[in-house]
Amino acid sequence: MGLSYEESKKVVFKGLILLGVVTIVEVLIALVGNGHVIEGFTLPRIIMYPLMIGLSLYKAYFIVYEFMHMRYEVKGLAMSVLLPTLLLVWAIVAFFQEGSSWNQRREQIKEKDKIELEGQTGMLLPPATKDMQ
Amino acid sequence: MATDTVLHDETLEQKGAWDGGKKPFKASYGKLMMWYFLLSDAFTFAGFLIAYGALRFSMPTWPVPDFVFAKAPFLHGEWPLIFVTFMTFVLIISSVTMVRAVQEGHRENKNGVVFWMLLTVVGGAGFLGCQAWEWNTLIAAEGMTVTTNPFSNHTEGGIYVTGEEMESKGFKKVVVGGDDHHGDDHGGGHSEGHGDEAHGHGGDHHSITYYLAPDTEDIPENRYFVKSDHEGVVKAGEEFSEGSPYLITFGHGSHMYEYGAYTTPEDGQIKKEEFGPKAFGALFFFITGFHGFHVLSGVAFLLVILINVASGLYVKRKNGYEMVEKIGLYWHFVDLVWVFVFLVFYLL
Repeated sequence: MGLSYEESKKVVFKGLILLGVVTIVEVLIALVGNGHVIEGFTLPRIIMYPLMIGLSLYKAYFIVYEFMHMRYEVKGLAMSVLLPTLLLVWAIVAFFQEGSSWNQRREQIKEKDKIELEGQTGMLLPPATKDMQ
Repeated sequence: MATDTVLHDETLEQKGAWDGGKKPFKASYGKLMMWYFLLSDAFTFAGFLIAYGALRFSMPTWPVPDFVFAKAPFLHGEWPLIFVTFMTFVLIISSVTMVRAVQEGHRENKNGVVFWMLLTVVGGAGFLGCQAWEWNTLIAAEGMTVTTNPFSNHTEGGIYVTGEEMESKGFKKVVVGGDDHHGDDHGGGHSEGHGDEAHGHGGDHHSITYYLAPDTEDIPENRYFVKSDHEGVVKAGEEFSEGSPYLITFGHGSHMYEYGAYTTPEDGQIKKEEFGPKAFGALFFFITGFHGFHVLSGVAFLLVILINVASGLYVKRKNGYEMVEKIGLYWHFVDLVWVFVFLVFYLL
């Protein structure tokens, strides 16, 4: 490995402090932002959420690169493990977009379900499906 | 000796990359495969968390994390996110002790590996204990199940009503159970219940009081309760605003969900609390359960490898305790997944 024993021990100590502090900061953002700390003071989600997501990604980066020693592996190994995770960007965009579309078209979907279910008996869908929210 | 080395080098050069004997990524087969297993496991977890996100995006309301996860052992009242933060620290510390175990392995220091791995096992078991307490609170105390989610948010502002207000709107008062043993002492438990209408299921005879909407059947869905929390504090007369979170109280005496009755200033109708998004319970128990199962199997593997270390098996292999390094990768991955579970379920 790239580091001497004494150097590695320092990295471990640094990692403990760093992960601990970042976690405390995340929780503080959540608590202050939701008005639990200062009476009547809240933060808009557009500020809170990117901050918390960014800090979590930083924690993930630190765990993979220092604790799991990815920094000291051959580049090919690192890329063959890390690059495929980029596919998840597609999954997040696609599924979240679909999810919010269900929300926006809620009434339309319910209407459509009623039309298709009329006159159908003994099908796979139970009758209660019509009334589901 | 010198000629030997030259010959050896030549034979190596003549061998192509596909002829075997070389490690393309300078990592052993076992370590490389552990990385690819973790990659596939990351996709599994990502799939679950993205499903959570998609369903959350598809709902007009969603339970508020700092309201749902606000209980802590030994502490009374509301402590939003405090206990899960503690759990996160337990996992971070056990990750740090694992790094130390791997480092001692590189030095071939058997006792050091045993010591730090033992601490890691303690951390993992501690995390599982915390999770058991958290699940128990949600299931047994608050009534959340895989298919029932009593946590939601008000879609309109209003005020919780008293039993008298419900009766004045034509609701029928029903008192059940409880007074069989004390009937004689109280000269009729029902009249006692009437005089003390704010405490529907208070007192020493544990009777249950609820109200039925005019001309409706006595089935659980039609029962309206005077709102009170799990400590029995009555909330009638308390105002709430649109978007504020609520928990349908699970009555431990009545074994029923006690839907709190409220009215809105706009139409003056009596309404009751509705269940929150149904998928929340299944998503929470399945995803945190799947992570907890990883922690559990991690603890089991750690114990097996710990016994091997202590018995001196890896001393003979002279490969810097590579097995400890591999379980270390798995253990850090469990911590890595928790970073995202923590973000998605508790912070956002």
